[in-house]
Amino acid sequence: MDYKELNLIGSSSPHIRTKDGTAHIMAEVLIALVPALAFSVYNFGWYVLTVTLVSMAGCCVFEWLYRTLMKKNNTVGDCSAAVTGALIAFVCPPNIPLWMILIGDFFAIVIVKQLFGGIGKNFLNPALAARAFMLSWASAMSTWVVPGSKLPLLGTVDVVTSATPMSYLHANNLAGLTEVYDLQDMLIGFIGGSLGEVSALLLTIGGVWLIFRKIITWYIPVSYIGTVAVLTFLFPRGNDPMTWMLYNVLGGGLVLGAFFMATDYVTSPVSHKGQVIFGIGCGLITVFIRYFGSYSEGVCYAILVMNLTVWIIDKHTRPSRFGVVKAPKEPKEPKEKKEAGAK
Amino acid sequence: MAQSFFGGIHPNDKKAATNKKPIEKLPPPARVVIPMSMHIGAPCQPCVAVGDMVTVGQRVGEPVAFVSAPVHASVSGKVVAVEPRIHFSGVPVMSVVIENDFNNTICPDIHPPVEKPGEITPEQLVEIVKNAGIVGMGGATFPTHVKISSGLGKVDTVIINASECEPYITSDHRFLLEYPEEVIGGATILARAFGVDRVHIGVEANKQNAAELLRLKIEEAKAPVVVDVLHTRYPQGAEKQLCQSITGRQVPPGALPAAIGCAVFNTVTTAAIYRAVYTGMPVTHRVVTVSGSGVNEPKNLECPIGTPICELLDACGGVKKNTFKILMGGPMMGHSQYDMDAPIGKGTNAILAFCEDEERTVEHPACIRCGKCMSVCPMKLQPVFMYQYERAGMLQELEEAHVMDCMECGACTYICPGRLHLVQTFRAGKQKINNAKAAAKAAAEAAAKAAEAKKEA
Ligand code: SF4
Ligand code: SF4
Repeated sequence: MDYKELNLIGSSSPHIRTKDGTAHIMAEVLIALVPALAFSVYNFGWYVLTVTLVSMAGCCVFEWLYRTLMKKNNTVGDCSAAVTGALIAFVCPPNIPLWMILIGDFFAIVIVKQLFGGIGKNFLNPALAARAFMLSWASAMSTWVVPGSKLPLLGTVDVVTSATPMSYLHANNLAGLTEVYDLQDMLIGFIGGSLGEVSALLLTIGGVWLIFRKIITWYIPVSYIGTVAVLTFLFPRGNDPMTWMLYNVLGGGLVLGAFFMATDYVTSPVSHKGQVIFGIGCGLITVFIRYFGSYSEGVCYAILVMNLTVWIIDKHTRPSRFGVVKAPKEPKEPKEKKEAGAK
Repeated sequence: MAQSFFGGIHPNDKKAATNKKPIEKLPPPARVVIPMSMHIGAPCQPCVAVGDMVTVGQRVGEPVAFVSAPVHASVSGKVVAVEPRIHFSGVPVMSVVIENDFNNTICPDIHPPVEKPGEITPEQLVEIVKNAGIVGMGGATFPTHVKISSGLGKVDTVIINASECEPYITSDHRFLLEYPEEVIGGATILARAFGVDRVHIGVEANKQNAAELLRLKIEEAKAPVVVDVLHTRYPQGAEKQLCQSITGRQVPPGALPAAIGCAVFNTVTTAAIYRAVYTGMPVTHRVVTVSGSGVNEPKNLECPIGTPICELLDACGGVKKNTFKILMGGPMMGHSQYDMDAPIGKGTNAILAFCEDEERTVEHPACIRCGKCMSVCPMKLQPVFMYQYERAGMLQELEEAHVMDCMECGACTYICPGRLHLVQTFRAGKQKINNAKAAAKAAAEAAAKAAEAKKEA
């Protein structure tokens, strides 16, 4: 055989790579969101599906437009814009007007993500930053439809609004809250709240799927939720720490935030040690805002604040170098003792 | 299961294509091209001339330094050229070209070097290994006599590396199945030389049958050898990682395994030591796995050293028309080959041809800060930041991130979902740091000289 005819290319090793690229990871995240979304459709009506799909499409279009206008390579295919779109929808009220969510999409994709250089370069979580920005429409962003409203596919009709569990907690009204929603409602999600945050159970299933698929690690969700649980248990408002703690953990979008927002690769630390610190920080700030803030929900701002600290955490959580084993402590002690004796 | 090392990846091992195929002897090639450099260290000087008749095992290249290894003829016949020829490193290297007379005449000087091989002294062993031209045959090609002599007195753990962690390659696996006695015999010799009561053979769990066979043979021979079955995980077979898996000790940065009392020998190297001690035969042949999506009929072939790559491919039914890459070595650390006349060297364990894209390169790689590169790095480095430093030209930061510890295993590049060329960038970065250091050194020397000249004046 004549091998001179082959068109051989050369490159330096390695010559194989895993199949799982960025698009694969993003697709897994979308899959993990599906159970919670399905529940929201059941809980609030078909309109939430419209909102989610419009938001995903909006993010993709803005990303495509920006990259095209700026003459940059097209990155819609990595699916990260779609994930951002879905997450923006998840943190908005179920009956949000479509134009409003599109403005949120624009803010997330163009201002937060692309102006800083696109995927991997932004330092704030785009979905949460968009939500914080959209809070300027205070009334629209804080009308919560009651669970069980059947919002039709296209558009919002007159809706019956309710208070979210968080507003009860913020008002120290645990008794009132337990009357409206029992723990089972809180767990499964028969409660008022933002579009995707209500079902703690299905979000946890989605999150565990992501951990199982090695898309995210358990460090952030566990340290985040754990910190909130411990703090609210130790410093309860009222005399039933267990119930207070459970309502705090299951409500206020904590589960959504801990599994899907705080774990955003781009805006969280890269090392496992750093991720634990980040999770604990998120937990501390969340509880602090819930207890002392004028605003009832802490998750969004807690994560955004911690996003800003990521570079510091990264800097101080470098892994120890291979082969540099910490000197054993035993030989030191006798020395110190000797010194003490000499003195 | 033994302990394990940090990080690591689980690529599809693709060994099924050849791991049940017995080693076949390659039809004798008409010509072999024996390069004077198939090892780390100084190249050899050719010691034969055009027209000379040579025999199998006859020395054709003399080492000129301690860190080097002699080179021997792998076929009998006539020397037809002594000139630079294309080499697997991509550049021409001084080589001895032998035309095969197909008589396979063994060199008359070859005889068992000692009367009682069971009682050789370490010094004798070093001499025998040196004369036999044995080098690390897993691919590292470090001269084995140097490793033995520098380890004597320091080493308390001798490890035989049978992990063969690179995908596709099965040459060591087949060797273990077909010549277990030689490997065990070699291990026994090493145990004696280093004065240890047992030698560890590290086998990855995907070669259970080899581990079982070895245990059986060890039992029979009552050899001072134990088999450690290790996790199937790349890069289990990297020296530092293997030491860590078996002893739990970590080799300090920049040091060799001897620093923590370990010496690691490849399977085939160990067998070569056995052959040299018992028969006096130097390294003239080796087993090469020919595999990959582009090869028509994957095989394990035993061939004379110096056989051109094309002969091996021909013996495997040639390659598919759309083959676009041919490698020497494994897919994680092997080198691209352009010229199929390049010869097989002592450290060549595989020739792989690819016609399917398994590299998945993208036009615009983008880091998503997933941290996966860090969790797979067996050296506990932070590829994500090292990449940024290199790109920004921040050489000092790059060095402070310990880029020099990177062993270029490629695990980070393999796992990166953003498809960054991580290890490729680190290679360039290391080069730049070395260049900068050399330049700084030269400048300092020049300055010192100038100052001296001034003083004198
Ligand atoms: S694996 Fe790739 S994408 Fe992930 S952090 Fe490392 S360099 Fe970035
Ligand atoms: S190539 Fe270097 S940086 Fe990458 S995983 Fe291997 S040792 Fe770590």
